[in-house]
Amino acid sequence: MSYALRRLLGLVPTLFIIVSLAFVLVRLAPGGPFDQEQTLAPEIKANLERAYGLDRPLGEQYLRYLGRLAHGDLGPSMRLRDFTVNELIAIGLPVSLTIGGLALALSLLIGLPLGLGAALARRRGLDRLLMATTALGIAIPPYVTAPLLALVFGIYLRWLPVAGWEGGQLRDLVLPVVALALPTLAYLARLTRASVLEVAGLPFVRAARAKGLSEARIVLVHVLPPALGPVLAYLGPAAAGILAGSLVIETVFGLPGMGRFLVEGALNRDYTLVLGKVIVYATLVLLLNLLVDLLRALLDPRIRARRRA
Amino acid sequence: MRRRWHWFERDLAARAGLVALASIALLALAGPLASPWRVDELDWARIGVAPGLEAAHWFGTDRLGRDLFVRTLAGVRVSLAIGLLATLVSLLIGVAWGAIAGYAGGRLEGAMMRVVDVFYSLPYVFFVILLTVTLGRSPATLFISIGAVGWLTMARVVCAQTESLRHKEFIEAAVAAGLPVRRILVRHVLPNLAGPVLVYATLTVPGVILIESFLSFLGLGVQEPAASLGNLMAQGTAEMESAPWMLLAPCAFLVAIVLALGFVGDGLRDHLDPRER
Repeated sequence: MSYALRRLLGLVPTLFIIVSLAFVLVRLAPGGPFDQEQTLAPEIKANLERAYGLDRPLGEQYLRYLGRLAHGDLGPSMRLRDFTVNELIAIGLPVSLTIGGLALALSLLIGLPLGLGAALARRRGLDRLLMATTALGIAIPPYVTAPLLALVFGIYLRWLPVAGWEGGQLRDLVLPVVALALPTLAYLARLTRASVLEVAGLPFVRAARAKGLSEARIVLVHVLPPALGPVLAYLGPAAAGILAGSLVIETVFGLPGMGRFLVEGALNRDYTLVLGKVIVYATLVLLLNLLVDLLRALLDPRIRARRRA
Repeated sequence: MRRRWHWFERDLAARAGLVALASIALLALAGPLASPWRVDELDWARIGVAPGLEAAHWFGTDRLGRDLFVRTLAGVRVSLAIGLLATLVSLLIGVAWGAIAGYAGGRLEGAMMRVVDVFYSLPYVFFVILLTVTLGRSPATLFISIGAVGWLTMARVVCAQTESLRHKEFIEAAVAAGLPVRRILVRHVLPNLAGPVLVYATLTVPGVILIESFLSFLGLGVQEPAASLGNLMAQGTAEMESAPWMLLAPCAFLVAIVLALGFVGDGLRDHLDPRER
């Protein structure tokens, strides 16, 4: 428990670096949030900048931002005037988490058995077929699969809606989640196959076989648990990839998730919006990585010992 | 050398990948010469026509009447160029960083690799987005920003490799002979890194190409009227109901390039990576 707490505290410096780096990068960009309105009189622009505190020295703005962030306040959006960044995130986050979480669950539920099956059918037809399909699955990014799926199932077959989000009904979810899950699913299948094959070649498996254990027991009890280590370790990067993929998925399917307004915000110099969203994305990725690490430490005491040393 | 490349004659996937890659590159370079159309030329008489032989619009046209054969191939050139250049940037940074850290060892190595660890834990795509915003949207900033973030794996690989080299006899001999550190690094360490560096560079290229098309798809990468596979796909997605060919051609080329590069990279890794032997 104290281990988990210590790891959680260890996130604070990383988060601090992320916030600072993001702040500097956003501010280095030429132009400001109030530049694009051509009719804006200089006095009004100055007033606006004063209202948002943009007239202060950059260092002071940074400290002020950190102070507000410590209270969980990401500030008002500078372009979407009626919203605070917190409100926009509260709207988008559940959508993104729903499709991201479902995509991750789907790729685990299908990827793991596929990989295991391929490993058991090593070098036979099924294995070859699975390896070829997964190679294709990894090479095709979600922004290719998403429109293609929408084209086939939405436009030609008319089975599912092409886009939209009516309160997150199942029919709206299917295509985005599948498109988002495919590359991760394919990679997880390959990883599981490689890992299972590696463990299956170790001496203790031969010993188990010599002892006369049933093949099912060998695979499920002796091979699978240690083989899941690398698979589990990949879940962190997988989650980060799924979050990045959700940016395009949300664009293609017109979903009101976290990705909405991010690109526009970045182009319009909506400082607070971009910073806020990047910070939330980063925190999500870090927390997921931590969760995966803790899970691995729980399953494998060697990791705990190594980290402490 | 002969023996080294012997595997290549037997590795069907790697050979097919290389042939496909060469054909695509050749088509991207020579194809536009065969077409009467230019990248930004408008054919007012034939707006949004399907692929066919009419007026040499082999891949059809978009809703401005621009020829998609020429535009798709232009996108392929952009993808390949950015893939190579950004990989070169990440290779330069990664090799320098990793070789110095690995050779120095001790506290300096710890600090340098800690930096890599921290960057590793950052959600990298979001920082590429921030970088493209900071540096403005142009192909040059695109490959700098992708390359600047993509060097981490290379640094790790090179660092581990250099560390194992450092205690080899020939390096110790060079140290004993009083060669300056820079000369040892450049003349003795770097040439011995060539194998793994080549392998990881090949594996970086498809990743970089995917990031470029991802950014262009979102509108942060290559800008209109220039064509890239990513922005062609974004336009194709918007028009897919009435003009699906706008989507299919760039998708097919992107997938073919990434797959071919993957096959070549896997082949190289299986046969050149010392850890696989």
